[in-house]
This record gives sequence, structure tokens and C-alpha cells, in this order.
Amino acid sequence: MQNLINITDLSPDELSGLIATAEDIIANPMKYANACQHKKLATLFFEPSTRTRLSFEAAMYELGGQVLGFSEASSSSTSKGESVADTVRVVGCYADIIAMRHPKEGAPIAAARTAGVPLINAGDGGHNHPTQTLADLLTIWRERRTFENLTVGLCGDLKFGRTVHSLVQAMARYAGVKFVFISPEELRIPKYILTDYLDPAGIPYQEVTSMEEAMPNLDILYMTRVQKERFFNEADYVRLKDTYILTPEKLTNAKQDLVIMHPLPRVNEISVDVDSDPRAHYFDQVKNGKYMRMALILKMLEVNV
Amino acid sequence: MIIGQIKDGIVLDHITAGRSMEIYNILNLDKLDCTVAMIQNADSVKMGKKDIIKISTLMDLNFDVLGYLDAGITVNIIRDGKVTERRHLTLPQRVVGVIKCKNPRCITSAEHSLIHEFKLTDPKNKIYRCIYCEHKAE
Repeated sequence: MQNLINITDLSPDELSGLIATAEDIIANPMKYANACQHKKLATLFFEPSTRTRLSFEAAMYELGGQVLGFSEASSSSTSKGESVADTVRVVGCYADIIAMRHPKEGAPIAAARTAGVPLINAGDGGHNHPTQTLADLLTIWRERRTFENLTVGLCGDLKFGRTVHSLVQAMARYAGVKFVFISPEELRIPKYILTDYLDPAGIPYQEVTSMEEAMPNLDILYMTRVQKERFFNEADYVRLKDTYILTPEKLTNAKQDLVIMHPLPRVNEISVDVDSDPRAHYFDQVKNGKYMRMALILKMLEVNV
Repeated sequence: MIIGQIKDGIVLDHITAGRSMEIYNILNLDKLDCTVAMIQNADSVKMGKKDIIKISTLMDLNFDVLGYLDAGITVNIIRDGKVTERRHLTLPQRVVGVIKCKNPRCITSAEHSLIHEFKLTDPKNKIYRCIYCEHKAE
């Protein structure tokens, strides 16, 4: 049985396999319409989410499967003091596969030990979000047809941005990739990402504060929201939330084939005026996320179509 | 200063000077009812100064914990007054139930039944990270 806790649980070959499956689903959706008939996905969301939960549910329905679960901790037994390990163990008796989101970092590791069925990390606090990375990778692949020799700029909240941490770990495995980390001092990328993943592999990166200066060199611009829910102190959030706002003017010096991405939801960090720019792909990420989650569910349930 | 010779027991040698009390406490040596001698700032050719702990009984030691605390320690097992085994420690790959994760966002901060566990991620700089949240051990 395989779990997906961290994006590096999947090898580059396995990622390529998921991308190939996702592209086949896009081309031939009816071929997969009953692939997971009589299978159940449990979506356990201990932290509120709209798009990730709906994406998982849509993915399972499009595979012909069924969905059960809860969308906030208050409607689960954890509100009665049950441990996440026990909750997941019980749900594992009802479902064939579990997608779990939890506000605490590392919760999926504790849960996977007792689940008894494959478990997917659908986001753990500010730590990791591997299935968003699957969406991101398919988006990059469909625009560039390669992951190699790209300069990837990540902008905004790089400290608590779990999608950033997962994407960096995934992209760091491809040749010729360079990173530009654009953030205010307080929201810099965690040091362990640099020392444990980038430095040992000799991957070049820069940490900068100016989006405009970095812009001309970027192949990918991954914008992120400053997340209010990650701050213990609201004053810090208010001070930092508007640090970076992408507007058409700031794209003047950008490459013509730049891929602009955002894991969504956005607040104001990308102006709606950018939405009509052909380089904006953040709504493609949403669609791609569903296809990659379909491919992932098939793989983890060992369903061959 | 003369410390008596051990017949059967353990000598922890080459402890980094000043760390013997911490090791004494973590190994719960205060719970033993045999003679335990702690020598601080002994002269050492190799280290300049070192600490030594002598325990006059044979007991199970958690070498992973010892290795994490001070990988330079030499463990000498004494039987019938002779060194029968000498073990040089290394940094363990995992440290289980010894140090606690200080990250308030870690699942271990909310679920107290979870055993705190750290893995060695950077042997050169002796960096351990929580297996749950990847926060550095402090």
C-alpha cells in the first residue's frame, strides 16, 4: 500500500506516469467513467477547504466512485478529543482511500500509520501540499513539455506556503532548474528547503525582495497568497499581506512565454487585469488538479484502465 | 584524585568537557544504587579536557541516545577488571523519545501520545529534524 505524504514519495518516473494518465483522461474521459465503480473515497478535512476538497470529490465522481467525509474538524470526533490516528483508523474501515487535510504539520504521517488504506495528504498546515504540486506540474508540463532548464520564481509567502515547499522539492529533481525566491524578509523560504534539498544537489537559487528585478529571467512565476490563518499575530499579517501585487505593468519586462501560476484562492496578489493575459494559467491549474487527482486515485487504488 | 578501579561496569570516556552532567541526567544514572563517579575536566592528550563517567555495574545503554548527545564518547565495558569491549559511537540515524519538537504547528504539539522522533538530515552539521514537521531539533 502506498501513501502520498510528501511529493518526493513519488519518483520522477512515477510523476511522469501520472502525467501520462492525466493527459489520457483529458483526451478520453469516458474511458475512465466507471474505473472506480464501487470504490469509496473519504475526504477528511480537519481544516476548511473548498477547492481541494471539491477537486478530490469531483475526481472520484468522474471515476465512477463514491465520496464520504467531513469538511471541518467540528463535525468530526476530534471535537470530542479523539486522536487523528483513531479517527483515520475508523474511517479506513469504511473507505478504500482517504484524502486528509489537517492544520497541524506532519498529521498525515501519524494518520497513515493506522489508516489501513492508502492515504493522501491534502495539505498539512504550512508544511506540504503534494496534490497541488501534481496540479502545478501538469500545468507546467502542458505549457512547456519539459521540467528541465527552467527558471522558477516563487513569490509571496514562502515561509508558510505549503504549495511552494512541495513544488520546490519536486522541481529540484530536474536538470538545469534554477529558483528565484521572492519574498519579504519575514516570509523567506524555510532554511531546511535550502540546506536539505537544494544545497546538497548544487541547485542554484537566489533570495530576493524585488519582483520587478527578478521578472525578466523567469520562465515560471508562481504567486502565493499571504495566508492570514498561518499568523499568530494579526498585526504581522496586515503589515505583510500587500507586499506583492502582480499587475499588467509589472509584466512588461517578462518573457513572452512566461507561465503565471497561483495555487488559489487569490485575494489581491494578482490583479484581475492579469486574468486575460495568455500567460495566466492559474485557472488551468484547477482543472489540471482534478485530472492529476484522478490519476493519483487510480494509481493508489491499483486500478488499471 | 584517585577513583577506584571498576570490577564489572561501564566507563564512558572522551565525553566533551562539561557535558557529563547532562548525560548523567538523561541516562537516569541517579536512579542506580551502585557507585557512579563523574569526573569533569580531566586532562586528555586527544581532547585537552574531557569528562568521564564510571558506572560500577553492567547495564543496558541506549547507544543511539549517547551517540546523539555526544558522538565522540568511547564506551568501555569492564568485566573482571578488564576492558572486554570498546565501542566508538556514531551519530544515530534516528533519535526516538529523547528530544521534543518545539514547533507549535507540529502535530506532536497537539497529540501528546505521539512519540517525538527525529531523523539525521545533515551528518556534517549534526542536524536532526522532526519526522513529522521537519523542524530542526533544538
